[in-house]
Amino acid sequence: MRVALFLTCVNDTLYPDTGRAVVNLLTRLGVEVDFPMAQTCCGQAHYNTGYRREAEPLARHFSDVFGEYEAIVTPSGSCGAMVRELYPRMGSRARAEGRGNTLATALASVVPKTYELTEFLVDVLGVTDVGAYYPHRVTYHPTCHGLRGLGLGERPRRLLQAVKGLELVELPGADECCGFGGTFALKNSDVSAAMGADKVRNAESTGAEVLCAADNSCLMHIGGTMTRLRTGMRPVHIAEILASTEEEPAL
Amino acid sequence: MSSRERILGRVRRALADVRDDDTPYEQAVRRDYLSEHGERSVEETVELLAENLADYRAIVHRCADEELPDVLGRLLAARGARTVLVPPGLPERWLEAVDATRVPDRAASTPHELDRVDSVVTGCAVAIAETGTIVLDGSPDQGRRRITLVPDHHICVVRVPAQVVSSVPQAMPRLDPARPLTWISGPSATSDIELDRVEGVHGPRTLEVVLVSGDEVAPLA
Amino acid sequence: MSGTFVGMPAFPAAAHEAVRNPTLRGNLRHATHTIRGKREKAVAEVSDWAQLREAGRRIKDHTLRHLDRYLVQLEESVTAAGGTVHWAVDADEANRIVADLVRQTGESEVVKVKSMATQEIGLNEALEAEGIRAYETDLAELIVQLGKDRPSHILVPAIHRNRGEIRDIFAREMGEWGRPAPEGLTDTPAELAEAARLHLREKFLRAKIGVSGANFMVAETGTLVVVESEGNGRMCLTLPETLISVVGIEKIVPTWRDLEVFLQTLPRSSTAERMNPYTSMWTGTTDEDGPQNFHLVLIDNGRTDTLSDEVGRQALRCIRCSACLNVCPVYERAGGHAYGSVYPGPIGAILSPQLRGTASEIDASLPYASSLCGACYEVCPVAIDIPEVLVHLRERVVQGGEVTRGGNKVLLKPAKGHAAERAAMRAARWAFAHPGALRTGQRLASRTRRFHPRTLPGPGKAWSGSRDLPPVPAEPFRDWWQRTRGGKDASE
Repeated sequence: MRVALFLTCVNDTLYPDTGRAVVNLLTRLGVEVDFPMAQTCCGQAHYNTGYRREAEPLARHFSDVFGEYEAIVTPSGSCGAMVRELYPRMGSRARAEGRGNTLATALASVVPKTYELTEFLVDVLGVTDVGAYYPHRVTYHPTCHGLRGLGLGERPRRLLQAVKGLELVELPGADECCGFGGTFALKNSDVSAAMGADKVRNAESTGAEVLCAADNSCLMHIGGTMTRLRTGMRPVHIAEILASTEEEPAL
Repeated sequence: MSSRERILGRVRRALADVRDDDTPYEQAVRRDYLSEHGERSVEETVELLAENLADYRAIVHRCADEELPDVLGRLLAARGARTVLVPPGLPERWLEAVDATRVPDRAASTPHELDRVDSVVTGCAVAIAETGTIVLDGSPDQGRRRITLVPDHHICVVRVPAQVVSSVPQAMPRLDPARPLTWISGPSATSDIELDRVEGVHGPRTLEVVLVSGDEVAPLA
Repeated sequence: MSGTFVGMPAFPAAAHEAVRNPTLRGNLRHATHTIRGKREKAVAEVSDWAQLREAGRRIKDHTLRHLDRYLVQLEESVTAAGGTVHWAVDADEANRIVADLVRQTGESEVVKVKSMATQEIGLNEALEAEGIRAYETDLAELIVQLGKDRPSHILVPAIHRNRGEIRDIFAREMGEWGRPAPEGLTDTPAELAEAARLHLREKFLRAKIGVSGANFMVAETGTLVVVESEGNGRMCLTLPETLISVVGIEKIVPTWRDLEVFLQTLPRSSTAERMNPYTSMWTGTTDEDGPQNFHLVLIDNGRTDTLSDEVGRQALRCIRCSACLNVCPVYERAGGHAYGSVYPGPIGAILSPQLRGTASEIDASLPYASSLCGACYEVCPVAIDIPEVLVHLRERVVQGGEVTRGGNKVLLKPAKGHAAERAAMRAARWAFAHPGALRTGQRLASRTRRFHPRTLPGPGKAWSGSRDLPPVPAEPFRDWWQRTRGGKDASE
């Protein structure tokens, strides 16, 4: 199976390790991965900040770049939700504004074949044990768009539970938002920081070394709060845990 | 232009984009929710009513029809009630064994007078098992709304199983919206302090419900 | 990144104070977490919750779609049952109608059932100006009124107060308003409730006029419904001679049967009960039972403006349960007062800027008072997609466009203070449409990474005031891909 990796602009620029982990993991599972070099950004930050019109060309660009692939896999719950939930909405808004069906039609092809990484593993590849090894105590934070937008449910936990050596501990208040929220983190930084601090304290209370999530945007916020609060915990993307093996352990 | 016309005009202009949608009400409102939750025998439904009433701190008693006068007499005596409000259509027999002075439900009574009465005894229109609710509709055995409100002690007699339904959807067709209705689920309560439930504010702080079985009264018309 | 990313002081400024108030944080955390767990349990009891939610959504949508017809039908039913219907375009008109009705009776005080609509229009203050005293009788409203405070929650307006603070308010203020608090009042909730009972009883028993809102109005029968817990509602609705109900035009449902949906979803969503202790339903007047004069004041006050917005109109489905407040992480930390409206929390963030417009600083900032986590939508018993409306209103703020205000179509200019943000968004869009440019930027960032600080000065503090910046990697992913996998860069 030949799939396109939609890494997301944040991961491409700031978290290349996550991208490498996804490539290694999928390759190990027999998937042929391509990284279309023309990919940029799904437009989520624009859309959610109120710049829908600015997001439209980015969505079209996404559709141009990824339209031909069998499946599109992204290691980000929120960018996955952008394509799956909000691209159809952008199309219907354009129609309601009397701008015809062209945007909706252009975006329609990429919507059903875009998968968040854990969804792709569990639903498309049908695996929960990916042969990973990660001898650490880990707690899992289900990010909002993964949890409530895409409905990832138990998939990430099932994948983590199957990792050799990994001790998964429950995170109190797991389904509460970490406080990132894109530009919310800047526009309402006090509330955002208070939410982040509560999330980190909950994570600390588990005694885990690692807080794992399936979205680096949230992890950037949580991780930045962790170092500021000097917790000693590490934020790690789930792809890096699943890619880790006894032969090639993650750092 | 009157404010009425102005508002109706604004509504019509606001809906310009959906003017063509005239899906009839019956079609627009899909009702695929349940008419009751779970399957229960008649006895189990009455049992659930008793459980849910008690769960919200109503005091539940059960008796056979012929025991009712004794039960009511005992409950009022135990309460130390010297006066009891009586709706006009309450069966005479119910209060046979009651010593307390009967106070009739009269239009002329002032709220202050009602406030001096110790207890009130009524029937009810329907009782809902799933929610532990009794509904009063102002029928002659229930009286005016205020008589079950101002006294601090309310005894409500429910004829089981005739007056018991399982669920809210089953209660609706039994009720006449033209009558003033009071739905009561336990004694008055509040969650206003730290969202913690405390029983007993302005309504009767003691609600006793007597479930009477084997009654002679036919189900509601 | 520019200063305007943090350029909306209204909500953020109020929240800035709130997150630093440990008492407030503790009170809100305790109360919202208590009710969250209970709600979940109450909802889990009914296996058809999703169907009830969908039915509620559809009933409300259908009603709104034919609101003119149902309003006229309601008016006919209420009139036929002995009530009098009044129409008020805005708050001023509604207040004037109520004040006139009170004055006609010769009375100078009214007892009030908790009502969001009368708070929204500022009825108490308007009556006060006319020499009429309005006594709030809901326990939490009483706490707010005695404390000369503002409500901070839809269901529990005094949620920001803990039992100790309530005790102090009662002990200090009750004497000013009537029967003083008992000597030696402690802070146990039962004793506080008892103090309220005694204090309000004399007011109920002598009241000649009651003022209420309504949770529902049934068009086909003319029935009004008030859902409550304490019995103060029943007192106000049955003891006085005159009852004046002030209700938003969106509170209609078409048929009697529709109530079976909301009487299942509302109590479970708001107080997390199978059923609330008391629900009163009345249709016009009843001879020799309850008020013999009944007036219904229907208010618009921005509702028809809201109705004209295709995306935003779903906010009018709201049944004021407050489940969205109780699950909202932003509300929990910022508190209700930060929303600058009687409608706080997620629903307030979409209702206030629609009812009042986005002209003021606070209203323009409300659509941003959310991380878009979606918890509000998940619990909403009428499925209002609050995040969708929030984003829609953000669009209105930054891009302007045609809106309806006071029944007239007006062209809204983009809000001030977003110019730099807008430029940044455009620049980002341009870069994202040109992968080569993006790549150049990424490489530049990587090459200068040694010089990147983990905290930022100036406006960047919005991030780095509380969080470290992530380190910039040695190379972006795409360079690694190209180097090791031989991918072909389309932009070169």
